[in-house]
Amino acid sequence: MDKVRFATVWLAGCSGCHMSFLDMDEWLIELAQHVDVVYSPVGSDLKHYPENVDVCLVEGGIANEDNLELILQVRRQTKILISFGDCAVTANVPAMRNMLGGAEPVLKRAYLELGDVGPQLPHEPGIVPELLDRVLPVHEVVPVDIYMPGCPPPADRIRATLEPLLRGEMPLMEGREMIKFG
Amino acid sequence: MSVKTLKIDGIDIAIEEGATVLDAARQAGVPIPTLCHLDGVGDIGACRLCLVEVGGSRRLLPACVTEVAEGMEVQTNTPKLQEYRRMTVELLFSEGNHVCAVCVANGHCELQDVAIQVGMDHSRFTYRFPDRGVDVSHEQFGIDHNRCILCTRCVRVCDEIEGAHVWDVAQRGAACYIVSGLNQPWGEVDACTSCGKCVDACPTGAIFRKGSTTGEKERDRAKLDFLVTAREKHEWTR
Ligand code: SF4
Ligand code: SF4
Ligand code: FES
Repeated sequence: MDKVRFATVWLAGCSGCHMSFLDMDEWLIELAQHVDVVYSPVGSDLKHYPENVDVCLVEGGIANEDNLELILQVRRQTKILISFGDCAVTANVPAMRNMLGGAEPVLKRAYLELGDVGPQLPHEPGIVPELLDRVLPVHEVVPVDIYMPGCPPPADRIRATLEPLLRGEMPLMEGREMIKFG
Repeated sequence: MSVKTLKIDGIDIAIEEGATVLDAARQAGVPIPTLCHLDGVGDIGACRLCLVEVGGSRRLLPACVTEVAEGMEVQTNTPKLQEYRRMTVELLFSEGNHVCAVCVANGHCELQDVAIQVGMDHSRFTYRFPDRGVDVSHEQFGIDHNRCILCTRCVRVCDEIEGAHVWDVAQRGAACYIVSGLNQPWGEVDACTSCGKCVDACPTGAIFRKGSTTGEKERDRAKLDFLVTAREKHEWTR
């Protein structure tokens, strides 16, 4: 069987889901025998998301213009998109800024009202991506194939989700072991 | 005492008149998910999680406030009910601000438990992100309205068991929230005896003991059961 073209992306999340992925320890060696890691902040040095990806783990919600651009590309170029962790599935902690309203009150609060030294709004077009008004879970922006909640999803849950996919089957996302939030 | 006979998911049951469909289902060992129901206090049918299909009725009926009747045929787990229950739970999550990762109740939360029970892996409804408050004016406890699902267990336990009636519900629809006293900060309500029964009754992380952090809220539900049996059956030891 051909190797599975495998990717992971990191949007608005803390990287904890990726740390939990690495926490699969020696099973990563097993995984490496079945996949080509074609894009990943922890497993590949490629800078551009490639075409024809089979499986992609997406950590984080959609919080800024870079996240938005990347997730649209991921969706176009991926067969199975997995919403990986609570930030991807619910928008989670990054979305707690949504309670303040749009991007402007959030930036003002963080950089002007709470700025101790030289308060100023960040503005570097092309370098610092603009915030979207709201942080959104992935499935509110593009269709998602598999939801894997958890903050972070424990390593066993990640493995139990990936293993069936390597055999060409869909995992069963059911029960406390697989879908508990938090 | 007259007895009614009925069928729940095909199982024959005999139970005393006046019992609810939920009582009968529990007696028969048929699990029906519930949230606003709390053993020992009155039922009000607030959460709609316990909806069942009853032969002859076109409406779905909440098991916790529907009395058994002779010859009733009840279905508790049809595809339609499974779908409605999951939608109900998704609506609860998208209505408030549930950030389980940083919640006192994470891992001990009845809302999380029912989400798993109904198979919710994500919410199909758009999250509202409402602007809600937190009141930590009480010396020992706090209430975080972001996590309140308006089940009114706190209202009923405080009124019916403690007899203090500190809590009530204000406003309507999406603007509803739980108030203490005459819509005062909790710490200023003289009627509150600081008994902590509302902390034990609250199914989520909305009412908590100060000083507990993520995942640390574990409630002593047995305490409420004990108080109710003490009162009803005069059993004074635990
Ligand atoms: S009360 Fe807390 S643990 Fe329960 S669902 Fe809400 S945020 Fe999650
Ligand atoms: S504070 Fe807790 S017990 Fe009271 S209505 Fe809200 S969720 Fe229910
Ligand atoms: S348990 Fe019956 S409506 Fe809530």
